[in-house]
Amino acid sequence: MELKTKINAEDGKQELTITREFELPLALLFKAFTEPEIIEQWMGTKVLKLECKKYGSYQFETSDPKGNVVFKANGVIHEVSPNRKITRTFEMENAPFGVQLEICEFEHVTEGTSKLNMHVIYESGEKRDQVLKLPFAQGINMAHNRLQDMVSKLKQL
Amino acid sequence: MNLRRDVFQAIADPTRRAILLLVAAQSMTAGAIAANFDTARPTVSKHLQILTECGLLEQKQNGREVYYYINAKSMKQVADFIEPFRKMWDDRFNLLETIMKNYIIKE
Repeated sequence: MELKTKINAEDGKQELTITREFELPLALLFKAFTEPEIIEQWMGTKVLKLECKKYGSYQFETSDPKGNVVFKANGVIHEVSPNRKITRTFEMENAPFGVQLEICEFEHVTEGTSKLNMHVIYESGEKRDQVLKLPFAQGINMAHNRLQDMVSKLKQL
Repeated sequence: MNLRRDVFQAIADPTRRAILLLVAAQSMTAGAIAANFDTARPTVSKHLQILTECGLLEQKQNGREVYYYINAKSMKQVADFIEPFRKMWDDRFNLLETIMKNYIIKE
C-alpha cells in the first residue's frame, strides 16, 4: 500500500516537507485549518485562541485526563489566502525546539480531491532532527515506563 | 546517575557505536568486547548497560558466560526514525479526512 502522508527530510538540512492528498474538495481541506472547533478535533488539542488572518495569532493547549497541562504551543500568522496558502510560525512552549516557520500550500486536484504541501523550516538542522525524533523518544520512554511499572509490581509480590 | 535511556543518545557515543558494530558481526561476552577497546573495563560495562537498557543489545546466558547480541528490531527502529513522525501526521490527517467527510454529507 502506498503511504498517504509523505515526509521529505534530507540529511543535514534544516527543513522538511510533509505532503498528503486528501479525498476532500479543496474548500473543505482549507476549512479544517481555519476553524478552531475542527482543528481541536483532528489535532487533539484545545484551541485557546485563533485569529486566522494576517497579524493574527493562535494558542493551543492540551491537558491529560487529570487536568494537568502537558502541551502548549503558539504562533503568529503571516498570510491567509483562502483555499491557497497559510504562512505561520509554530512554537512549542517549555521545549528546546525553537520557533519553526510553516508554509502550508493547498492545491485543487479534482472536484473531490485536494493536496496539502507543508514546508517547515527550523532554526537549525539539529533542532529539526530533535523534533523528528520526538514522537519516537516519547514512544520509547512510554514503553520504558510501562516496563518499569511491571518490574516494580513484580518486586512487590 | 540519571541518564535518559534514549536510543538516540545511546548511539550518539562513538564507543557505543563501535560496540554495536562489533556485536552485529557476532554475539560476544563483555570480556571479549572490552578487549577491543583501550578504555577501562568498567567504562565498557557502563556502555553495555546503557545499550542493554535502551533495548539495542540483549543478554543471553550461555553456561557461565553472558553473551551480548544485537536486537535487530530496535536497530531497525533507529534506521526508520522518521517513521513515528510520519505516522503521527498520517494519523492526524486521516482523522481530518474523516471529520471533513461528515461536512460533505451535511452540506
